[in-house]
Amino acid sequence: MKTRNRTFLVGSAVVFLAGLLFTGVADNEFYFFTSYVVLQAVVMATAWNILGGFTGYVNFGSAGFFAVGAYVSIALNKAFGLPLPFLILAAAVMSGLMGLAAGCLTLRLKGVYFAIATLAMAIVCETIVINWEYVGGASGAYILTPEDSLFFDSYIEMLFMVILSIAIGSAAVARYLSTSRIGQGLAAIRDDEIAAECNGVPTLKLKLISATVMGAMMGAAGAPYPFFVTYVDPASAFNLLIAINAIAMPMIGGTATWLGPIIGGLVVGGAQEFITVTISSEMNLLVVGVMLVGFITLAPKGIVGLFQDYLKKRRTR
Amino acid sequence: MSVPVLQVTDLTKKFGGFVALNQVSLHLGRGERLGLIGPNGSGKTTMINCISGALINDEGSILFEDREIRTLPAYKRACLGIARSFQIPRPFKSMTVLENLCVPLDYAAWDRIDHRHVHDQAMDILRTIGIADRADEISADLTQVDLRKLELARAMAAKPTLLISDEAMAGLSHSEVDEILEILLALNERGVAVIMIEHIMRAVMQFSHRIIVLDAGRKIAEGTPDEIVQNPDVERAYLGE
Repeated sequence: MKTRNRTFLVGSAVVFLAGLLFTGVADNEFYFFTSYVVLQAVVMATAWNILGGFTGYVNFGSAGFFAVGAYVSIALNKAFGLPLPFLILAAAVMSGLMGLAAGCLTLRLKGVYFAIATLAMAIVCETIVINWEYVGGASGAYILTPEDSLFFDSYIEMLFMVILSIAIGSAAVARYLSTSRIGQGLAAIRDDEIAAECNGVPTLKLKLISATVMGAMMGAAGAPYPFFVTYVDPASAFNLLIAINAIAMPMIGGTATWLGPIIGGLVVGGAQEFITVTISSEMNLLVVGVMLVGFITLAPKGIVGLFQDYLKKRRTR
Repeated sequence: MSVPVLQVTDLTKKFGGFVALNQVSLHLGRGERLGLIGPNGSGKTTMINCISGALINDEGSILFEDREIRTLPAYKRACLGIARSFQIPRPFKSMTVLENLCVPLDYAAWDRIDHRHVHDQAMDILRTIGIADRADEISADLTQVDLRKLELARAMAAKPTLLISDEAMAGLSHSEVDEILEILLALNERGVAVIMIEHIMRAVMQFSHRIIVLDAGRKIAEGTPDEIVQNPDVERAYLGE
């Protein structure tokens, strides 16, 4: 276990340093825009998987948590001009609270009903934002990119490092949750909530933790988003596509482990970006759909599951 | 006299206007084996749901080792030492047999066990129950009798002082019933008090020190197996006038 922790720590450091090196070497800003989108997808997929994959509560409201994060960021930036780290923190807290509220829904709702309720939650938030003039209402808000970009060459390079850090942090949290005693309890809830409770698992508490962490992570992913796109309106921030991607990526990568959504996010997000550039921007939606259908019918345990099965076969041979 | 493990007094549970349990009392001594029988719909499962915390009773008190547990959530009751098996086995399907046992060891029994050798403790229990060779199998692939054994193994892993076995033998063959009976007796020998709900009379009669009979939410008889067999009220409840 300890060596595995060390491996993870070293791996994270290598990824972070590689990112730093990338900002020093690459000149074309396009790479950073693309990487940002993919890494944001990784964070969203990792977050969704904590409640959806580990705990078994499918959530269709990801766009809501993400957009609340984005709008908290917009509002606080406009009101106080806070620096980005504070905005991310505030967004995580706010979306985390929203996650906690979603967690309370699990008291009465399961399965499809829970999924629909989360979708409804997102729509309620969207309606509130549409009527909130301070952040631009339905017509949206423009964000001026700050001129200061620390010691990076451009602002997008800094944003890239920010989202990379959030992604690494999310992976660490997801990994901790899945490998700890909490993860074992979450898996028990996913398999059979009543049996879990009767075996001493504090199901409500764990569900609340899981939902809160999920929300906070999505909020953190949403906070830098306004600075990335510089214009945010409710229709784009609350777009259902964000929610669908957040579900599709863990499904394709594999929901059982913390690594699955990361792989799913990289593969699907990468493919989408590639196709947007090479073929057409509309095609990338089709790709997610086709991949999702393919994986659900042929490899329901995702890429990680396929790999594990392959390893098992080789070992028994 | 020592403190009883379980002391239920005047327990009443209603579902809307329907009274599922009406002022039922029962007590259980340390290491005692109690049979709970009654026709379908008499309230047996409601009774154990109230004791284990899956349902909260409307009236009456439930003392577990002299402590009122009526309002405690189910998981806390499990942590205190009340374990139950389910009528229809409810394994954690994505986990192996061994991992299934680690859940109660890591949660229900957490305060009472040595945390360093959880896997070894789980293996010990599997050996006692006789499914150690299945330890690494995914629990969804088990046969019906092995699923029942897993239910009991998991209940045992919670290190209970009270085990409630809800129809652990329904649908099993003659020899399989004997296997489960042996397991329950072995558990009881370790000092675990057992409440057995069962329709297989041979098993209940053989197993129980004392039997309580429920009918339509009321306790209609209580006594040793021999007394129960001869009780005219019990005969009427099962066979009609």
